[in-house]
Amino acid sequence: MKYNFYKMNALKKILGIVWIILGPASVILMFLQAWDKVSNAPAGIAQTNTALQWGIILLIFIPIAVGLVIFGRYALSGEYEKLPESSKEL
Amino acid sequence: MNDSTKQNSIFKVIGASSLGTLIEWYDFYIFGSLASIIGAQLFPADAGASALINTLAIFAAGFIVRPFGALVFGRLGDLIGRKYTFLLTLVLMGGSTFLIGLIPSYSSIGYAAPILVLILRLVQGLALGGEYGGAATYVAEHAPKGKRGFFTSWIQTTATLGLFLSLGIIVLSKNIIGAEAFADWGWRIPFLLSILLVGVSIYIRLKMHESPMFTKLKTEGKISKNPLKESFSKKGNFKMVLLALFGATMGQGVIWYTGQFYAQSFIENTCKVDFNDSRYILLWAIAFATPFFVVFGAWSDKVGRKWIMLTGMLLGIIFYRPIYQMFIDQTDVSKVAVSMIKQVDAPVMTKVAIHDGQDSLVNTARKFHLTDGSSFVKLEVDTVYADPNKALGHAPTIYQDKKLSTPVFWIFVGLVFFQILLVTMVYGPIAAFLVELFPTKIRYTSMSLPYHVGNGVFGGLVPFIATLIASFAGSTPLSGLWYPIGIAALSFIIGAVYLSNKTDENVND
Repeated sequence: MKYNFYKMNALKKILGIVWIILGPASVILMFLQAWDKVSNAPAGIAQTNTALQWGIILLIFIPIAVGLVIFGRYALSGEYEKLPESSKEL
Repeated sequence: MNDSTKQNSIFKVIGASSLGTLIEWYDFYIFGSLASIIGAQLFPADAGASALINTLAIFAAGFIVRPFGALVFGRLGDLIGRKYTFLLTLVLMGGSTFLIGLIPSYSSIGYAAPILVLILRLVQGLALGGEYGGAATYVAEHAPKGKRGFFTSWIQTTATLGLFLSLGIIVLSKNIIGAEAFADWGWRIPFLLSILLVGVSIYIRLKMHESPMFTKLKTEGKISKNPLKESFSKKGNFKMVLLALFGATMGQGVIWYTGQFYAQSFIENTCKVDFNDSRYILLWAIAFATPFFVVFGAWSDKVGRKWIMLTGMLLGIIFYRPIYQMFIDQTDVSKVAVSMIKQVDAPVMTKVAIHDGQDSLVNTARKFHLTDGSSFVKLEVDTVYADPNKALGHAPTIYQDKKLSTPVFWIFVGLVFFQILLVTMVYGPIAAFLVELFPTKIRYTSMSLPYHVGNGVFGGLVPFIATLIASFAGSTPLSGLWYPIGIAALSFIIGAVYLSNKTDENVND
């Protein structure tokens, strides 16, 4: 039981590294997609529209990706080893 | 207070909260369902400008303003109370919906029409962002121990019932006054009707009392002075906000949107099933599946919230591709045997001039009736060039307006029902799960943001990203599903590894 608890905590920490990498990787991927779609859109209002769509998506996804990195950092530092059981622990 | 009075009182709380939330969802969805008609009536005929305003209305309202509303009204709810905050969101939502129904057409007031639509749509997004957290918190803070999942699951039915109501009222209005009158002026009916629904709901909500837990905090002078700061700058709480987002609401959002929106859109646009049939399939599936929100909510009181929600995600990951493959297979009429054809209607030909009138597109539509009661339209498009040296151009044949046979129709209802069943698994227990994660004084703020980012952003982007993936070279009609499958898988892993299945009995803290 205790062995499983330690194994689980090790897994939580290892996965923390994955989340830290996944955050910036998803932003880079999205930037590449945005660049591709905007530059391939027909010039004029269609291009402005595509740029606007991707601008909004990037605006909202960058903070989420930052959140994923912070989540990964918390996981790596063992913040999720034991979840709070009452609000006093928060 | 005896048990029966207590029971009556809690059902009044659930009724008042759920009715208002249902109406807010109804208001939010009628805009989406009538977007093309609104576009034709209130937006400029210039396709480019129209698309630009549409993008702002859809993207900004759903993805930016909704989470922003969660922050604004969440903060207000933790400062002044749940009751008055979700009363305010209801007034804003109902008022803006009613006003959309009154906007004169583009031909009467020009660009003022789309600008007014855009402003009112943003107000709708803002109000929706504030409503859900308030209603869920309000009900949960009235619910007795061990029944929080059951009581809050009624709030969870409202999003689906709001969609059902919006589709129902639109179809009913259209059938009563006719398609032409509906496109001309009848589309305003569902918007104007909203004021009556909101009026009733406001009257009921005004009679309700403030949440007992919030009242206790207020009396004791323990209300948070700065809920936003406490929710997001205090590590202990912020780490739970992140966990709620990545381990639960993100996966829940994509399962919700895939089951209830992408399914209908796929059946209509990819499988080319008739407009009405695709909506009737969704209506039946919603009607059958909705009670399961309460079933899974109540069950989560007994076995915990975590594994019910995660099982819903896992089943979506496993079954989405086979289900959508079946949609494609069952509507593939390109290889129908000749013996199955009962009748072919006379071809209807239309000619459209292209290339400055030099060449033309000739559309030939033939309606086929099959022996099993189904039918479809075979559309062939040929380009006829003025230059006799150029050969006739053939576009690939399109099979559209497919009316399904009765057995296939019910198979589709079953498949959509299964997807909505997964929605009820992930969505039924989630309000209780979120409420239990955060303390009373910052609950409204803390739970609203992960919910609206998960649902509004990750879920709301399902159609856009699925279409984007489907546009990649070498993609198939099923490729778009990799987005909800991928997000659900990520959320499943995070939830399985990091979330606890323990139900917090005490939400009074």
